[in-house]
Amino acid sequence: MANTDFHLQFQDFGDDADLMAGSTGTTRITIDDHTTKPQKQRRVAGVAEEDETDPLESDDTDKLLSGQKKNAPFWTFEYYQTFFDVDTSQVKDRIIGSVVPWPGKNFVRFYIRNNPDLYGPFWICATLVFAVAVSGNICSFLVNYGQPQYKYVPEFRKVTIAATAIFSYAWFVPLAVWGFLMWRNSKISQTVSYSFLEIVCVYGYSLSIYIPAVVLWIIPSEPLRWCSIILALCLSGSVLILTFWPAIRDDHPRVVIAVTSTIAVLHVLLAVGCKAYFFSTYETTENASGPASVTKGFLTTKAH
Amino acid sequence: MADVEDVNKPLFAGLSDVSIAEDIPVEGDIAVPVRSQSGDDEISTLDEPVKDTILRDLKAVGQKFVHVLYPKKSSALLRDWDLWGPLLLCVTLALMLQGGSADSKDDGGPQFAEVFVIVWFGSIIITLNSKLLGGTISFFQSLCVLGYCILPLTVAMLVCRLVLLGSMGVGGFIIRLVVVTASFGWSTFASTAFLADSQPPNRKALVVYPVFLFYFVISWMILTFSPSH
Repeated sequence: MANTDFHLQFQDFGDDADLMAGSTGTTRITIDDHTTKPQKQRRVAGVAEEDETDPLESDDTDKLLSGQKKNAPFWTFEYYQTFFDVDTSQVKDRIIGSVVPWPGKNFVRFYIRNNPDLYGPFWICATLVFAVAVSGNICSFLVNYGQPQYKYVPEFRKVTIAATAIFSYAWFVPLAVWGFLMWRNSKISQTVSYSFLEIVCVYGYSLSIYIPAVVLWIIPSEPLRWCSIILALCLSGSVLILTFWPAIRDDHPRVVIAVTSTIAVLHVLLAVGCKAYFFSTYETTENASGPASVTKGFLTTKAH
Repeated sequence: MADVEDVNKPLFAGLSDVSIAEDIPVEGDIAVPVRSQSGDDEISTLDEPVKDTILRDLKAVGQKFVHVLYPKKSSALLRDWDLWGPLLLCVTLALMLQGGSADSKDDGGPQFAEVFVIVWFGSIIITLNSKLLGGTISFFQSLCVLGYCILPLTVAMLVCRLVLLGSMGVGGFIIRLVVVTASFGWSTFASTAFLADSQPPNRKALVVYPVFLFYFVISWMILTFSPSH
C-alpha cells in the first residue's frame, strides 16, 4: 500500500516533469531524490512559494541545476543568450522584489533562482543614467528660469559622467563583494555562496528604486528630496543587506559589521553623490540672488 | 533486401517491358534558356547612366520612408533592407543639431560625433538585446528598421528649427514639445509595428522598452536644442 502510494505520488511528479520539459526544453536531470522535483517545479513554473526551503538543500540542488545551464562555449552567441533567458513577468517580479525587503524571501534564492540575467542590471543602469542626466537638466533649468542672464545649455557631458559612475558602481562593487566572499569562503566554509552574476543581478535590480526617486528630485524642494532619498536608501539598502546576510553571518562579528557597513555606505555614497553633483540647487556661476545664496548652495552640497 | 526490391518492383516494373519499334523523333532545344531578366540587369547596370542607378536607390529609400510614415505591418522594410536611409537621416539630424550654443563653454549641445555615436551605437545595442532575447530578426534588418524610424524625429527637428527662427518664448516651447512628443510616439509605434512580430510573445515588452528609451533620448536632444544668437 505504501509502495503504491509512493508510486502514485511519483506519477504526479512525472506528469509535471513532462510538462516542464515540453514547455522549457531544459534537459531533465534524472535524480531519484523526489525532494528535488518540487525545487525544479517551483523554479520552472515561477509560482510564488510561501515557505522558504532550507538553504542547504536548495543550495545543493541549485549547484546541480546550475551545472546544466551554460553548456555552450563562451565564444558562441548561445552562451550569452543564457544570460537573457527571462520573461517580462520575471523581470517585473524581480524589480518589485528588489524594493520590498521581506525577511523570509532572500532575493537571490527566491527571485533569481539560479537564473541570473544581464537584461535587468544593464537596462536599469542605462535608464538611471539617462534619468539622472535629464532630471538634473530639468532641475537646473527650472531653478534658473526667471533669471535673464541664464542661458540654457543641455549639459551633454554630464551623461557620460553619470554613465561612468553608475556603471562602475553596478559592476565593480559586485566584483569586490564577490571577491571578498570567495576569500572568506576559503577561510570559513559558508553554507550559502553566490555566483558573480547573481551579485551583479542583486546590485543591478537594487538600483531600480532610484529611477522614480530621481524623477521626484526634479521638484525643487529640499525636504522632499531628502525624504525620497532616505526612503529609497532604506528600501534598497535593506534588500541588499538581507541578501548578503546569510552569506556572512557565520563570520567573525567584526568582519560582519565591516562588510555590512561597507555595502550600506557605498550605496549611500552613490545616491548622495548623484544628488550633489547633478542636482546642486544653486548654480555657483552667475547668479543674480547674491553671495548669500551661493554660500547656502555650498552648505547644501557639503551637508552630506 | 527483399522489401527494397518489392518497393522498386512496381516503379520500374513496366519499363523493362517497353520496346520501341521505330525511332521516335525527339525535338528540343539543348541551349539553356538565358534568364532575360538577370541578363538585362547585368548588362544594363553597367551601361546605364549613373543617374539611373542613383535614382533607383533613392526611389527605394523613398519608398521605405513612405512605409515608415504610414506604418502597416508590411515586410517590405525587412525584406530588402538598406542602410542608406538611416545614414541619410542620421547625418541630417546631426547636422541640424549643430549650430546651437557653440560658445566657449564645454557644456553645450551634443557634437556631431556624439549624435552619430548615440544613434548607431544605440541601434546596435538594441539589436543585440533583441537577438539575445531570442528574436528572429537579422542584425541588419533591425538596424535598418531602427534607422528608418528616426524619420519622424528628423521631421520634428526641422519643424523645431523653423519654430525657433520665429519665437523663443513659452509658446514656441509648447509647440516644440507637442511636435516632438507626437513624433516620438510615432517613431516608437512605427518601429514596434515592424519589430514586434519577430519577438517571442512573452518578451515583447522587454524588447520594446529599449526602443522607447532610445527614441526618448533622441527626442530629448531635439527638444533641448537651443540655437546661439
